[in-house]
Amino acid sequence: MKYVDEFRDPARARILVEEIHRLVARIPAARGRPLQIMEVCGGHTHTIFRYGIQQMLPEEVEYVHGPGCPVCVLPMGRVDDCVALAERPEVIFSTFGDAVRVPGSRKSLLKAKAEGADVRIVYAPLDALALARRHPDREVIFFGLGFETTMPSTAMALIQARKAGIGNFSLFCNHITIIPTIKAMLDSPDLQLDGFLGPGHVSTVIGTRPYDFIARDYRRPITVAGFEPLDVLQSTYMVLKQLADRRCEVENQYARVVRRDGNGPALAAIAEVFELREFFEWRGLGSIDQSGVRLRAAYAAYDAERKFAVANISIADPKSCQCGEVLKGIIKPHQCKVFGTACTPETPLGSLMVSSEGACAAHYSYARRTGSPTVPA
Amino acid sequence: MCLGVPGQIVSLVNPEEALAMVDVGGVRRPVNVSFLLEDRPAQECVGDWVLVHAGFALTRIDAEEAARTLELLEELGEMRGEPDA
Ligand code: SF4
Repeated sequence: MKYVDEFRDPARARILVEEIHRLVARIPAARGRPLQIMEVCGGHTHTIFRYGIQQMLPEEVEYVHGPGCPVCVLPMGRVDDCVALAERPEVIFSTFGDAVRVPGSRKSLLKAKAEGADVRIVYAPLDALALARRHPDREVIFFGLGFETTMPSTAMALIQARKAGIGNFSLFCNHITIIPTIKAMLDSPDLQLDGFLGPGHVSTVIGTRPYDFIARDYRRPITVAGFEPLDVLQSTYMVLKQLADRRCEVENQYARVVRRDGNGPALAAIAEVFELREFFEWRGLGSIDQSGVRLRAAYAAYDAERKFAVANISIADPKSCQCGEVLKGIIKPHQCKVFGTACTPETPLGSLMVSSEGACAAHYSYARRTGSPTVPA
Repeated sequence: MCLGVPGQIVSLVNPEEALAMVDVGGVRRPVNVSFLLEDRPAQECVGDWVLVHAGFALTRIDAEEAARTLELLEELGEMRGEPDA
C-alpha cells in the first residue's frame, strides 16, 4: 500500500456517491435550505475542487469553504510588515512559497524580491535555520505561518537555534490555532453550519479530543477527514449519516494517521515555544480572540517582533475584494465582483486567489473542468 | 499549507539529529523524525511509512487502520441493494 492510489479508486468513489444520494433522501429537508458542511482545511477545499466532488453530490448538500488556508487569512497589514522587514539591508527574509505572493497594500514579498530585497523561499523552517548558520553576518528572519500542523516544525527550529546559541535567527510569527477559529465559525451569526469535515493534518498533531465541544456543546457532527477524494467522500458520508441518525459525534475517518491524543512530542515542542495571544487579526474575518500564538518570554531573543520595530497596523482590504464574504460562505467565489477579471491567480487582488488551497484559486483552476460525476485517477 | 505526503523511511542519516532519508513518491529527502521517537528509537524507524510535512515526519501511517478504512468502503458496496433501515 502506498496510501495514495488506494484512496483515489473511481469504482469505490462511485459507490460512495450513490450511497450519499440514497442517504440524503432520508434526511428530512433541512429548513428549506441546503445542508451546509464546512471543510475547515484548505487542503480539503483543494481536493473538492480538483476532483469536482461538489458536483457529484445531491443538490441538498453544500460545502462551505472554511478559513483553514493560512495564506488566505493573512491580513494585508501583516504582509506590509513582512515587506518592511524584508527590505532591511541586513535581513534575509525566508518563508514558504505561497506566502510570497500574497498582496500587501504596497506590494507582495515577491515584488519586494524583484526590487532587490533578499527574500528566500524555503521548504522547511529548518532550512531557514541552515541559512542563518551559513550567513552569520546577516539577520535571517523566518516568517512562520500555519496551524498546528506547521507549528511543531517552527518550534523545533527555534529549540535548535536556542540550543546552538545562534544569534542571527528570528521568527516573525503568524501561526494560528484551530480551535478558536472553529469556535468563531460556530458563533458567527452569518453561518448556520450543519456539520464539519475536520482538518486531517492539524489533527495528527492535536488529536481528536479537542473537537469534543463541537458535538457536546454545539450539537454538530464532525468527521476528521483525509485528503484523497475517497477520504473526502467517505467523511462527507459519515457526517451525513450522523445527520440522518440525529447523532452528534466526533468521528475519525483518517485513523491511519490521526489518533485520539495526537502527537505527544509535537505538542510538547509547541508548548515549549509558543503561548496564546489575546487576539489576532484575520483577513476578511476581523479579530478572533486567542486565535494566534506568539513566542514565550524564554524565546524573546528569537522574536522578530521584539528584535525589530514592526508597525503592526491593520489595513482594510481594497473595497472591490469580497474575500470575507467568500470565507464565511455568504457568497461563492465566482460571485465576487472581481473574480476572474481584476482578480486571477496570476494577478491576485485578494488572498483567496493566491494559494491552490484558496477557494477562489481552486475554483478558477478547476471549476471549468469538472461537472462530470467521475473521479479522475 | 497543512498538506503532508506519505513516504517511507529508507535509512538513518544521523541518529543524533534524528535525521532520516525518506522516499516520497520516488524522490529521496532528508526528514527529521524527532516527533516519532516517543515509543521507539530512531534506529527502529527504518521501513516505517510516515506523513512528511515541512521537513518533519509528523506521524506514522498505520497500515491496519488504512486497511480498515478501505474495508468500511467495501462493506458499503455490499450493502447496496438492501432496503433502507
Ligand atoms: S475573487 Fe479575489 S477579491 Fe474576490 S473574493 Fe476571491 S480572492 Fe477575494
